[in-house]
Amino acid sequence: MYKFYTILKYSFVTLWTMFVVAPFLWALSTSFKDFQSVNSKVTYIPWVDYQPSLEGWKVLIKSPAKGGVDIVEPYFNSIFVTCTASLISICLGTLAAYALSRFTFKAGFVKNNDITFFFISQRIMPPIVLSIPFFIFLSTIGLLDSLIGLVVVYIVLLMPIAVWIMVDFFNRVPKELDETALIDGCNPYQAFYKVVLPNSIPGLIVAGMFCIIFGWIDFFFAFILTFTEVQLLPVKVVALNSSVTPWWSLSASALVSVAPLIIVAFVVERFLSKGNLSGALK
Amino acid sequence: MNFKHKFVFLFPGLFVLIGILIFPVIFTIRLSFSGWNSYTPEMNFIGITNYIRLFTDDPRFWESFFRLSFLSVTTVILQYVIGFSLALMVWRDIKFKRFFRVMFLIPMMTTPVIMTVIWRTFFHESLGPLNDILGFFGLGPKWLSDPATAKITVIIVEVWQWTPFMFLLLLAGLLSLPKEPFLAAAIDGASAFRKFVYVTFPLMAPISIGAIIIRLIEASKIMDTVFVLTSGGPGTATETSSFYIYIKGLREFQMGYAATLSFTYLVIMIISLTIIAKVLTKLMIKE
Repeated sequence: MYKFYTILKYSFVTLWTMFVVAPFLWALSTSFKDFQSVNSKVTYIPWVDYQPSLEGWKVLIKSPAKGGVDIVEPYFNSIFVTCTASLISICLGTLAAYALSRFTFKAGFVKNNDITFFFISQRIMPPIVLSIPFFIFLSTIGLLDSLIGLVVVYIVLLMPIAVWIMVDFFNRVPKELDETALIDGCNPYQAFYKVVLPNSIPGLIVAGMFCIIFGWIDFFFAFILTFTEVQLLPVKVVALNSSVTPWWSLSASALVSVAPLIIVAFVVERFLSKGNLSGALK
Repeated sequence: MNFKHKFVFLFPGLFVLIGILIFPVIFTIRLSFSGWNSYTPEMNFIGITNYIRLFTDDPRFWESFFRLSFLSVTTVILQYVIGFSLALMVWRDIKFKRFFRVMFLIPMMTTPVIMTVIWRTFFHESLGPLNDILGFFGLGPKWLSDPATAKITVIIVEVWQWTPFMFLLLLAGLLSLPKEPFLAAAIDGASAFRKFVYVTFPLMAPISIGAIIIRLIEASKIMDTVFVLTSGGPGTATETSSFYIYIKGLREFQMGYAATLSFTYLVIMIISLTIIAKVLTKLMIKE
């Protein structure tokens, strides 16, 4: 019985791992193909099935005028928008989460939990509902197709995540910590800045990682609110999809785009195995 | 003395969020009572005409809504079952524990649309590897051009993409469980199955509910995958509410009507998610 379970466990885990890596391996293989080896029949292994070429990777850094894809600028745009929006969300979100975790608010029937729920509930808002008014709003103030406009929109996407993780985290940091600091003569801001914050670094890292993930993977707002001046990575890659299937450059650019965040998977696992994440995620 | 400080902490975040959101929300509500389209791009007032049209003369929206409900509920159930199994399997004694954990987390970190582009080549009916391999067994499903299979394709991609999130939340939960109940069960000589039913599952119930609701919220927004994979097709076989609103609003420029759809959709979403949360809590936590 026990042996049967062990075999079942290992086969299931192995199967799922294969399912997880399948698209990556396929993309990696495709990225070294050329027209012939994509369109004649399905090929898998370089040198055996087809002669590898570097064409798919070379186009990535060529300028569009020379028939390239130019993924460099969208790459930096994506990094800028994601990091700026995450940073702002984390700062504002952490402050708000601290307030919600430590002080009691009451205005009529609205209490702490309702305010927290208000923050988190913004995730319920379907992007499509916001995109139409944002489209009109940003074009009125002339921020359509600009980085600043996107950052503003992304704050709405990311702040709920920051608040959600940080409220839970602060609820776990003992209250005595700030009380001791206050008795020792700190004012509330110093207590927060000098005592609570340094003890919250794991929570901040987790919140930061989640903001970066959810900012980096967003496609819809970037798709609706930008056109030519500013392009983000997902939009650029998807635009390749509509033209006549150059699968090799498509696969290469896709791999380049998802690569940086795969590192995050290793960081998350580290936190998980050390037991720091369980406190910050519940 | 805490009185003023607490507002200094709370207000920047709160007001930035409200400041960004208040205009779009009010604007959507106002827009839903107007006939703004590409011929008359202005904020006129046509009363509840749009709402009457929605409730009496737009089966396509309701179909897309039921399709969305079906897709999101199915994917979330699958994600929960698979995610929980995976989490249980790499929870304790297994070789290469950390390797498997990293592997299981990876899909979540990748951009859905970009991976969907890859999946699209993967499911390609003549040039993709899947049908090439299935061809050995004489199979060749039309992954993207058959109404029934297209739904399955969307579900497969969604499960691939988001099971890791469920896995992460559940594994984090498992790792934070107290040890004593398990010790007690071991002393009583409970079998692995009974341990799961009477100890692990009840202890995990609150975390499960949280994870399911978070995933339902995110799944109810399915849009990226559908957009790239099938563009709602074939026909309207995989069209979800968001995608339908997108077509009405930003392709056909019936802004007024699209706002009506958006607002109705949002209200239904909030109500049904609240009900689901309540029901789940009742079902899973038995006192």
